[in-house]
Amino acid sequence: MELLWLVPALPLAGFLVLFVTEGRLPDKLVAIVGAGTIGAAALVALVVGNAFVGSGQAAFVQPLWTWMAVGGFEADVALHLDSLSLVMMGVITGVGFLIHLYATGYMWRDHEEPQGYSRFFAYMNLFVFAMLMLVLGDSLLVLFLGWEGVGLCSYLLIGFYHRDSANGLAARKAFVVTRVGDTALALGLFLLFWQVGTLQIAEVLERTASLSPGMATVICLLLLGGAVGKSAQLPLQTWLPDAMAGPTPVSALIHAATMVTAGVYLIARLQGLYLASPDAQLAVAVVGLATLFLASCTALAQNDIKRILAYSTMSQIGYMFLALGVGAWSAAIFHLMTHAFFKALLFLSAGSVILALHHEQDIFKMGGLRKKLPVPFWSMAIGSLGLVAFPFTSGFFSKDAILLTAYGSGDLGWLFWFGGVAAAGLTALYTTRMMVVVFWGEGPAHGEPEDRGWANMVLPLVALAALALGGGWLGFAVLDEQLGAMAEFSHFEPVALATTLVPLAAIGLGVLLFGGRVDVRRWVAAGPGAALTRLFGSGWAFDWLYDRAAVRPFVAVARANKNDVVDFVYRIAVAIVRGCHHIGALLQTGRLRWYAANMALGLVVLFLIVVLA
Amino acid sequence: MILWVVLNLLALGVVAWASERLDSRAPRWVSLAAFALGLAWAALEWQGGPDANGLYAAQSFDWIPRFGIAVILELDGLSLLMVALTMFLGIVAVVSSWDETEHGEGFFQFNILWVMAGVVGVFTALDLFLFFFFWEVMLIPMYFLIAIWGHEEKGYASMKFFLFTQASGLLMLLSILALVFFHYAATGTVTFSYRDLLGASVPESLRPWLMLGFFAAFATKLPAVPVHTWLPDAHTQAPTAGSVILAGILLKTGAYGLIRFAVPLFPEASQDFAWWAMLLGVASILYGGVMAFSQTDFKRLVAYSSIAHMGFVLLGVYAFNEQGMQGAVVTMVAHGFSTAALFMMAGAIQQRLHTREMARMGGLWTHAPRMGTMTLFFVVASVGMPGLGNFVGEFLALLGAFKANWPLTVAATFGIVVAAVYGLYLMQRSFQGEPNPDVAAMPDFGLREMSVMVAMMIALVWVGVYPQPVLDLSAATIRGLGVLP
Repeated sequence: MELLWLVPALPLAGFLVLFVTEGRLPDKLVAIVGAGTIGAAALVALVVGNAFVGSGQAAFVQPLWTWMAVGGFEADVALHLDSLSLVMMGVITGVGFLIHLYATGYMWRDHEEPQGYSRFFAYMNLFVFAMLMLVLGDSLLVLFLGWEGVGLCSYLLIGFYHRDSANGLAARKAFVVTRVGDTALALGLFLLFWQVGTLQIAEVLERTASLSPGMATVICLLLLGGAVGKSAQLPLQTWLPDAMAGPTPVSALIHAATMVTAGVYLIARLQGLYLASPDAQLAVAVVGLATLFLASCTALAQNDIKRILAYSTMSQIGYMFLALGVGAWSAAIFHLMTHAFFKALLFLSAGSVILALHHEQDIFKMGGLRKKLPVPFWSMAIGSLGLVAFPFTSGFFSKDAILLTAYGSGDLGWLFWFGGVAAAGLTALYTTRMMVVVFWGEGPAHGEPEDRGWANMVLPLVALAALALGGGWLGFAVLDEQLGAMAEFSHFEPVALATTLVPLAAIGLGVLLFGGRVDVRRWVAAGPGAALTRLFGSGWAFDWLYDRAAVRPFVAVARANKNDVVDFVYRIAVAIVRGCHHIGALLQTGRLRWYAANMALGLVVLFLIVVLA
Repeated sequence: MILWVVLNLLALGVVAWASERLDSRAPRWVSLAAFALGLAWAALEWQGGPDANGLYAAQSFDWIPRFGIAVILELDGLSLLMVALTMFLGIVAVVSSWDETEHGEGFFQFNILWVMAGVVGVFTALDLFLFFFFWEVMLIPMYFLIAIWGHEEKGYASMKFFLFTQASGLLMLLSILALVFFHYAATGTVTFSYRDLLGASVPESLRPWLMLGFFAAFATKLPAVPVHTWLPDAHTQAPTAGSVILAGILLKTGAYGLIRFAVPLFPEASQDFAWWAMLLGVASILYGGVMAFSQTDFKRLVAYSSIAHMGFVLLGVYAFNEQGMQGAVVTMVAHGFSTAALFMMAGAIQQRLHTREMARMGGLWTHAPRMGTMTLFFVVASVGMPGLGNFVGEFLALLGAFKANWPLTVAATFGIVVAAVYGLYLMQRSFQGEPNPDVAAMPDFGLREMSVMVAMMIALVWVGVYPQPVLDLSAATIRGLGVLP
């Protein structure tokens, strides 16, 4: 277990090597360093995890050094391992390694500059390091370090193809929007520190009892602000679809499997704090449910395969928030894990399709690819089964755990359950639409798809497919006792049955609708159908709203004041002095007559003053 | 020893000027040697540790005894930190302007050395007359640096810089004289000694006014909104070395003055004024940030970002707690590195492309990936990324300020969003995007430029990851001020 520090240190070392060599390493060596360090970290994580589980400890803390100690404020850089961070560490290094491996093939000769390959893996390794610090940090300040670090890497990787300024815009949007959430998070940390006197997580949780309910609610809501930013939940969700501008392995790693679930981790980590505030918990559930619903509808109206998956991610994280809100902490983390498996698989197989079609992402320009691209087809099909919670796939167990716990969670339980099940239907519908349009039917005439089919790309797909199918059982192994609540499912027999059957029915409906038997396009071409499609297609017009309400006013004010209105005051002062100077200078004409007249006038005035006064 | 360090800089300034006759490249080597010596001295003093009074070096003797004026130079933790930063950035300034000057190399280096001599004096003088003397010593050579080696509007910018500093400096002089007078009236002794004046009995009604005299001088130097407008012009027009010194060091004399003089000399008046000072800090953070975003000139954007960063100093100092004050100190150090690096970058781009206008840049990464990487690093630092120095400073300043005044801190915290907006905008307009067709080629950084860039990178990572040595160094000073609870 003493090797725990190596888990984040290895990716960091990989980053440093790639950073210092400035892209001078041959590409093959870059691949070995880039993916190898993550693989090594995964192995160490496995060893450490095994030892930890074997030791039976509740938590293992490895102090490294004191970050800062000022007055009464002290923050240590220390690593903290417990079952929660163990799951996270496993997902980050395990799925992370598979994605890195895939990326060694995907990014091969796919960059516009000589150092691109090296730069890509440098950023990816830095990301894994930051993400590990986020989940292993013993102090909320270390968590914040990781939190901002993953945001930075997300920015760098979304804008990886930096010559296209649209990518730059998407990258900046992601960074700035999440920063709005981070502001709330930072304020939450300040408030928390002055209330409980520490940011060390275990101590914070011990001292939550001293918080008044109102104060706990304020703190929890501020932290929730950070969580919704990072996890792309309402109302800060708008950056995630645009983030798809990054290379597809980035979308798989950062914008599906790991970083976007950081908000879920934060709330799960501080569950003791949230338990002190039922109002804040309710807010978490409501945010989750609202996002879940909105994003599922939106996914139904997207044509870009990556944007479909992005909205799908958003909605699946909505499930996790819903779970956190109803107190199903381990179900949330369970779903986080299974989602990492099947969504990473979906993104990577989508990446293979995109690559085979020379960077085509519009699903309506695909079609009929089932036979031509068998490996991506099968892997994508398996990922989709996980996503729609097909019985006995990984997603089935975790989604059921969430929905059934939600049902039994008090007065609003039925509502949460109903919303969640309805959204599960929508999920199955848009997933079926995607699969049917991409892989069945007749594709438009595009060049013959070229699947690279390299082992380093196929192997991760196979491994992730296995996890997407069987990962549910892994969850039972790790999260065993917390999932004890699963045993209570039998109380809700009809409910459980409905939960299972709704997605299956939706798949059937999807096949009917999109399989060519019904002309869906006619419905959405005009009238209310078209309006609804536009609304969904635009992601409920949030971008439009924020553009009008925040971006444009800010830019307008900044542009208008480019020359600094404050300086104007000083310019006036200068102008007055200059004016006096000119008036004074006018008096100096050099003509004797003028001087004599002035002198005489002055004497008269002086005389008058003396006489009159 | 401190006096010798100051005199050494002054003397080597003369030597540098004279050495021009031997070889036009000799002066820069003299300057480099002078700062390297100074840095080595600071390192040795740090290594040696403090004496029983917490001083690393001290010196005092009478100067004009008739008026109670003495030479009192003391190097405590905070002073040492600032002097070390001064020497380090002196090296950076010389290297960044290595072959920028086309004429008068000797006088150029003379001015750099004399500014820095004044700065070292300001950071160590504990006699108010001597302090004011050094305050003026830094001003004149800086004026020459801008007026002679500046860009298109150097005359306007240098005059503006001079007038703002001089006018606010006079207010401070009035306050100093009044302070000495009231102390004389109460005790019968004339003295300019800082320690004697610390408890001077000033009539209660006048205290806020005298405090404001000091505050005006320091806030102008910092600068805080609304007395900031000299800075964008001065920075933009100054030669690269001038901008590096101005942003890296001269602004910090304002911050240092607040911590060392304005607050401890008038603790109650400062406490009463804290709300307004914090408000000015917040205004600087937000207004400076928005202004930075609105600029199209690379250097001007960085200049306005300095105003925003110095707002955190104001906020932290007037939070009146240790976190806030230490946050201010770390911000001073970290901003010194990050902004000096960005100004150096602006200078390097201007030297290569003969423009500062970002519309004429774009896609520079393609030509100069090293410069791109470096810009990215320092932009990320100034955006406040944890793990780099600026974060530690801003976090502590905000943490401290939150306790003192949470509504203002909430407003200030939004400054980190604005920082992201203008920082990434700078990056996008200059180095990312479609390569500008007007730029055919641009030589990348060589060994000379990379060596100082890497040194500043290491410094920022160090302050960001393990700031405790810096915090420990200034902690004794800050606790010794006697103004914190």
